[in-house]
Amino acid sequence: MNAVSVSRRSFLAASLASGAALTFEAKLAFAAASGAGEPAMLGVFVSIAPDNTVTILAKNPEIGQGVKTMLPMLIAEELDVAWSQVKIKQADENQDKYGPQFAGGSMTTPLNWLPARQAGAGARAMLVAAASQQWGVPAASLTTSEGSVKHAATGRSITYAALAPVAAKIAAPDLEKVPLKNPKDFKIVGKSRPGVDTPAIVKGEPLFGIDAHPAGMLYAAMVKCPVISGTLKSFDDAAVRKEKGVLAVVPITDGEIPAGKHNAVAIVGDSWWRVHKAREKLAVQWDTVGFDGYSTEGYTAQAKALLAAAPTADLFKAGNADAALAKAAKVVTADYAYPFLAHATLEPQNCTALWHKDGKLEFWAPTQDPGTARADIAKVLGIDPASMTIHMTRIGGGFGRRLMSDFMIQTACIAKAVPGRPVKLLYDRTDDMRNDYYRPGGWHRMTAGLDASGALVALKDHFITFGTDGKPMRAAEMRATEFPGPVLPDVHFGMSFLKTNVTTGWLRAPTSNAVSFVFQGFLDEVAEAAGTDLPELMRRTLGSPKQLPPEPDDTPFDTGRARGVIDAVCKFAGWTGKRSTTPGKGRGFGFYFSHRGYFAEVVDLTVADGQITIDKVWVAGDIGSQVINPMGAEHQMQGAVIDGIAQALVWQPIEQKAGAVTQENFGDFPLIRINQTPGDVAITWVVTDNPPTGLGEPTLPPVIPAIANAIKDATGKRLRSLPMSLA
Amino acid sequence: MAISLTVNRKPRTVDVESDKPLLWVLREDLNMPGTKFGCGAGLCGACTVILNGEAVRSCQTPLADAAGKDIVTIEGVTASPVGAKVVEAWTALDVPQCGYCQAGQIMSATALLTATPKPSADEVTAGMAGNICRCATYLRIQKAIAEASRAIAGAAA
Repeated sequence: MNAVSVSRRSFLAASLASGAALTFEAKLAFAAASGAGEPAMLGVFVSIAPDNTVTILAKNPEIGQGVKTMLPMLIAEELDVAWSQVKIKQADENQDKYGPQFAGGSMTTPLNWLPARQAGAGARAMLVAAASQQWGVPAASLTTSEGSVKHAATGRSITYAALAPVAAKIAAPDLEKVPLKNPKDFKIVGKSRPGVDTPAIVKGEPLFGIDAHPAGMLYAAMVKCPVISGTLKSFDDAAVRKEKGVLAVVPITDGEIPAGKHNAVAIVGDSWWRVHKAREKLAVQWDTVGFDGYSTEGYTAQAKALLAAAPTADLFKAGNADAALAKAAKVVTADYAYPFLAHATLEPQNCTALWHKDGKLEFWAPTQDPGTARADIAKVLGIDPASMTIHMTRIGGGFGRRLMSDFMIQTACIAKAVPGRPVKLLYDRTDDMRNDYYRPGGWHRMTAGLDASGALVALKDHFITFGTDGKPMRAAEMRATEFPGPVLPDVHFGMSFLKTNVTTGWLRAPTSNAVSFVFQGFLDEVAEAAGTDLPELMRRTLGSPKQLPPEPDDTPFDTGRARGVIDAVCKFAGWTGKRSTTPGKGRGFGFYFSHRGYFAEVVDLTVADGQITIDKVWVAGDIGSQVINPMGAEHQMQGAVIDGIAQALVWQPIEQKAGAVTQENFGDFPLIRINQTPGDVAITWVVTDNPPTGLGEPTLPPVIPAIANAIKDATGKRLRSLPMSLA
Repeated sequence: MAISLTVNRKPRTVDVESDKPLLWVLREDLNMPGTKFGCGAGLCGACTVILNGEAVRSCQTPLADAAGKDIVTIEGVTASPVGAKVVEAWTALDVPQCGYCQAGQIMSATALLTATPKPSADEVTAGMAGNICRCATYLRIQKAIAEASRAIAGAAA
């Protein structure tokens, strides 16, 4: 593995570790006051203007998950201001100052729940201290409300604005010790707040990366090597340079992460439409030797051969699964498969950069992970990471695609060739679809053993995935602790590997969006063999409440919380476990634990003339003690469920021929549309005494197996491969 | 050759290639980036504008075809009473997630409700099926159209 190509797990671990340190730095960074009449900074996130308007910096990338609203809500709550006096501004990337700034792993809530509140409470404490000094009364005798400090004994009240210039000069309190509100006193957190950018979005204001337009900006389109990992052999740009508006042609061969991949030729000019059209005049030869033998057909054939052989690597082993299966009262076995998928963000990949004449580099970037981008760009271009400024734009969909830095590195290479002029690189849809970091396909041979009482006692999974040197590629992993492995006496999760030339990456609820389908679909088969239903098999297998060992750097699996959401969704949906008696109607269940969240879902669907229509989805989720912004949370969860329905039924496989991806647009990679949307996605939250966690990802996985299980209920047919189709 | 058209009730003249799609004329030549590029093939609806009262895909509309026509974009949609109600409903229900497709959704919804002020569920589906929302905000889009339809009926009463 390339040294800079970190795994998702180590990426999160590194972010967590630096998060702790950086938050401490952020505490020390409480800034000095500015002059009279200017907004005064209280800490790094809060500034208070003379008219008592409070500006709060939103530090994380906004991809539609609502963090630009949600994080400032946490700060405003503890600062004790009215939401109506708050203005929100997007921060630039500066993790020394602000702490971790990435949108991935549903980590924003767990990483910021306390630090964001502490930042608000710290600023409040400084304002209270200033009032205490001014009035000569103890701080403990003062209260705050809606941006004012009050002294009840004398009836005095003073605005934060009047105190801010003095407060900003007061030493910051120890944020670990600053008192926080009791959640029962929350006035902002837990109340629905519309997205702060919604009024600008509905007016068509230029918020997104594609809308960035620094003065004098040029446009770039690229011709990419059709085979990922192939390299540029030669090109002739004489004809391109004669095209109207074309100003430069820039080969991108500096290498990327990992080095040598994604070679391209960029055409730069005064209009993207013109440079995009000029692409057809470029004569170019690529070296694709060694990469043009990969195909979907080849993967399928190789996977079949590997399934017939023994696994080449062990993921998890307990007891002796083969011996246990040999003496099992009943054995269930089935093969499951799922394809490569693209992210298909609706805003195609793009980035704008300016290589200043002094060598400094400035970005306007729709990136989910600006910190990693900074490090990657510094490495590839051999420049000082500190010489870059990264402005984070609003992002037209992330889903994990924009955790990768490729499009920013390409833009940096182009900007370097036209110093002094900002340049925007924009992929067209086909570029975007054929140059992704795909959700890798996979195959699983599942075998389960039941004892005479119908209890699940042994489990085997032979997982065929993509990787080299005995290790899965990025996002091609599976958890060693995948439930129910840890609670069974005899288990063997083994792996065998295929090679691919394409780059793989994290797609919303990575690994979980595939493994949930396999495990919860298969366990539904096991439940059937055991003469029960899946919720009941899950209850029996989960047993009494306990914590199962976590993956490294992750949280343990709490069987009690799992049981909680299973029971809640069964009650919510009126689950009886009985088969539907209406012809064509089916009902299915799925549970999954991922990204620290526990989710159980029930799907009601109708099958008519081979067409599958989702009628309703019922969701019960446990993300801890607090839903921060209920209207945003509900929206995320409904979107995640429909995204899962798309993966189950609508999206078609990303395929390769002679090394190249063949899909080109939404005709052959269709996305879900309004006519395929379920009638309702009903949501209930199970509130538990645990720290709040995210929900953009963990809501997605259970719906996919729930659909498979409902189709079985409706038709008697068990579908074990994605996308599911009865045709 | 200079081509004249009306955009959001203002006469505009642009001097670019006549086969340049209206989408790119709006974004690059008229400094109106609210209309979005999604697929370039008329498949996603992100670039929807209203041309002489009809929702069209501006990525598939050469400038020549827009010559002399009356164009409404997201930047000017609230000038019509129906557009104003649609935007109001979209805001109140907080329809956007990432927001990238929403200009196109609002334009399609405005065209739909202008032609059919009280659409049935099937008419909503038919009118909006050309607009993809990758975040899948469809449940709120349906609610917002119903809400806007009620508001239009209320204003007309």
